[in-house]
Amino acid sequence: MKNWFKSGDPWIWLTAASVSLSLIVVFSLVIIIMARGLGYFWPATIIEARYEEPNVPPITMLGEIYDYEKVLTRRLSKNLQPLANGEEFIKRSLIKTGNRELYGLDFRWVVAPALKEIRYPENVLVVERREWGNFYGYLQALKQNGQVVSTGEEAWKKLSGELSRAHDLFSKINHIEKGEMGAINYNLEKLRLKERRLQLQNDSDPKKKAEIEEQRQSYHKQSEEHKKQLTDLYKEINRDSIVVKEMGGKEVEITLAKVVAAYRPNSLSFPQKIAFYLGKVWEFMTDEPREANTEGGIFPAIYGTVIMVLMMSLIVTPFGVITAVYLHEYAKQGFLTRTIRIAVNNLAGVPSIVYGVFGLGFFVYFLGGSIDRIFYPEVSPAPMFGTPGLLWASLTLALLTVPVVIVATEEGLSRIPKSIREGSLALGATKAETLWRTILPMASPAVMTGLILAIARAAGEVAPLMLVGVVKLAPSLPLDMNAPFLHLERKFMHLGFHINDLGFQSPNVEAARPLVYATAFLLVLVIIILNLTAIWIRNRLREKYKSLETV
Amino acid sequence: MTTANIPSHSFDMSSLGRAQDNFNLEDEKICLQVQRMNLFYSSKQAIFNVNMEIPEKRVTAFIGPSGCGKSTLLRCFNRMNDLVDGVRIEGQILLKGQDIHRKDLKVADLRRSVGMVFQKPNPFPKSVYENVAYGLRIQGINSRKVLDEVVESSLKGAALWDEVKDRLNDNALGLSGGQQQRLVIARAIAIEPEVVLLDEPASALDPISTLKIEELINELKTKYTIVIVTHNMQQAARVSDYTAFMYMGKLIEFDRTDKLFTNPKEKQTEDYITGRYG
Repeated sequence: MKNWFKSGDPWIWLTAASVSLSLIVVFSLVIIIMARGLGYFWPATIIEARYEEPNVPPITMLGEIYDYEKVLTRRLSKNLQPLANGEEFIKRSLIKTGNRELYGLDFRWVVAPALKEIRYPENVLVVERREWGNFYGYLQALKQNGQVVSTGEEAWKKLSGELSRAHDLFSKINHIEKGEMGAINYNLEKLRLKERRLQLQNDSDPKKKAEIEEQRQSYHKQSEEHKKQLTDLYKEINRDSIVVKEMGGKEVEITLAKVVAAYRPNSLSFPQKIAFYLGKVWEFMTDEPREANTEGGIFPAIYGTVIMVLMMSLIVTPFGVITAVYLHEYAKQGFLTRTIRIAVNNLAGVPSIVYGVFGLGFFVYFLGGSIDRIFYPEVSPAPMFGTPGLLWASLTLALLTVPVVIVATEEGLSRIPKSIREGSLALGATKAETLWRTILPMASPAVMTGLILAIARAAGEVAPLMLVGVVKLAPSLPLDMNAPFLHLERKFMHLGFHINDLGFQSPNVEAARPLVYATAFLLVLVIIILNLTAIWIRNRLREKYKSLETV
Repeated sequence: MTTANIPSHSFDMSSLGRAQDNFNLEDEKICLQVQRMNLFYSSKQAIFNVNMEIPEKRVTAFIGPSGCGKSTLLRCFNRMNDLVDGVRIEGQILLKGQDIHRKDLKVADLRRSVGMVFQKPNPFPKSVYENVAYGLRIQGINSRKVLDEVVESSLKGAALWDEVKDRLNDNALGLSGGQQQRLVIARAIAIEPEVVLLDEPASALDPISTLKIEELINELKTKYTIVIVTHNMQQAARVSDYTAFMYMGKLIEFDRTDKLFTNPKEKQTEDYITGRYG
């Protein structure tokens, strides 16, 4: 045994074990959020059952079994305890019954033994709606302009065609409302600000005024045209509706304009289910959120996260590199430089919320407020830059991550052999030329390493962002087709904050829970992709500037 | 002119093929003049009162044991010592009669006329072409035509053209050590300096590459003044016209190479070249 310890084997085992442990932890983390999150999009089987609690009239239940748990029987109400047949634990199921507008809630905990006559009807219809969540029921009829055109199976056959028509109309409406009308409103607002600016400058040139008025009229005219188009489209889209019988036996009419999808999960074959699943995942990644973020997709959050990280990278790289170059190349290496270096390193350890507070106080209120006062007096009293937004969030995160870039760059600069510098200087290059032409390119892989670390930190940061620019629901994307395209002052959505919002602020906890996991998984995915891109760039740079091995 | 045979310690000067050349230091045009030069690293003195005159378009070798100050002296000629913290220089160094420390001369300009090649090949991690063009690009010359011409003539001047003409765009780090060193020489002569300083240019190379470098030095002296530091006495004897022997920071003897090796005036020189120390 003593010899075994002396041989050093235990040390190898210990190190190997700790590596495996870390790997296991990381992989189980990813697998858990993946399983919990991505399982959500699979089309669940719908059950129909008679629910009989003792001494309560039985009701029909229609819905998907969402979750279950074992509870101590004696914790249940006296009324329900006999159902356990004397067992200590009893199974409770969470059933998603949908139809929120009828019953007030769309999830119910039921005692499993009280579910009788469980059936899986083939023709049960799930209607995914833009409002009020899912509807479960049986399709009765298809109506056009209030007149029944077909019933039963025939209605189901016709439904998909009518539904895709409604979707086409919906995307047309959406395009006009969000795209063209959005652009018109954006431009009208710009005109208003221009006019206000002229007023503030006491510029009463009638020519300018007339010009503005003329533009405004043309926008109004366009707007009127769009409105007319919209009225027609709305009339069209509201033409069709379906009648669905819900579990209580009531018939409910739903207009197709409000329907996202209608399907019969129990009759889907396996390949159909896979196709459905992929479609849902795609929708989740590319759609906008609905229903207080508990439904629909999270595209704006992905978009916001990526744009914010890119902005942050654009700010932090030059800033960090220039600082590192000064500290390493120009500053006299003495007590002061050492102190500054230590201070920079310690900055990385400051809690991120402190940066958030600083960002709010300095960037948003002071800098942003000053910019508004000086450059945009016309927007007052509404703030333009003096309010949390993309620019300030990126700047705050850049500040948060700049120490990493500085440290990594300095490391890279000190790794460059002296002979390279001397070679360049001996050819008549000045120090600046040497830096610019030779040293910095050679240090660029190290800069990228710093940036990779910065991205990893920034993309996952939430706390400071809540203070400086992230919101629960942003009405418009920070990068769009309206000039100047990148809207630095806009608020944006962020995956990290989205998780926080879903998990803690959601009105519909049960519906939000799987989305928390799915969003978390996407956040991890986005960070991995951003990092892989940076690593790929770094490896290319390394290949290009591989330094002398022998020196 | 040169021979691959390593001469024995007896220094048969006939093998150097130089004895018949007729030249004297008194008749030479002077390129670099060192006057009463002292050099200090912080408080430690490294060079003591050196006076010497380096003739134009000749090869001058500095020899001496390690740490004798020969490299330090060489690095004074293009002010490379400016990069070292705490270096102080007294006395004067004149390039063609002009003080190289004068205020209105920029260091970068001085280094354009006094090129340098280091002990270990230090090509930049760029293509062969860009390495040679580096000095010109620094001067703002970016015309493709000019660069092409200079790259070709410099590489030919450094006897490297035939070996690399087909891979001008390959990374210079892919060349062999000897090729890299000749590339660095090509890079130095591309900006047409007056003086080329060589700091033990062959010490990291194999014998064949060393031979090529030595042949190259002989060709280069027709156009440039060459100062070479070496601790290989045979090399000094083979390539140089004049030799300076330094010891403990002092210039002990400076004379025609054949005279210094066959008939040294100083005891210390004789001890060194006969291998008694160093």
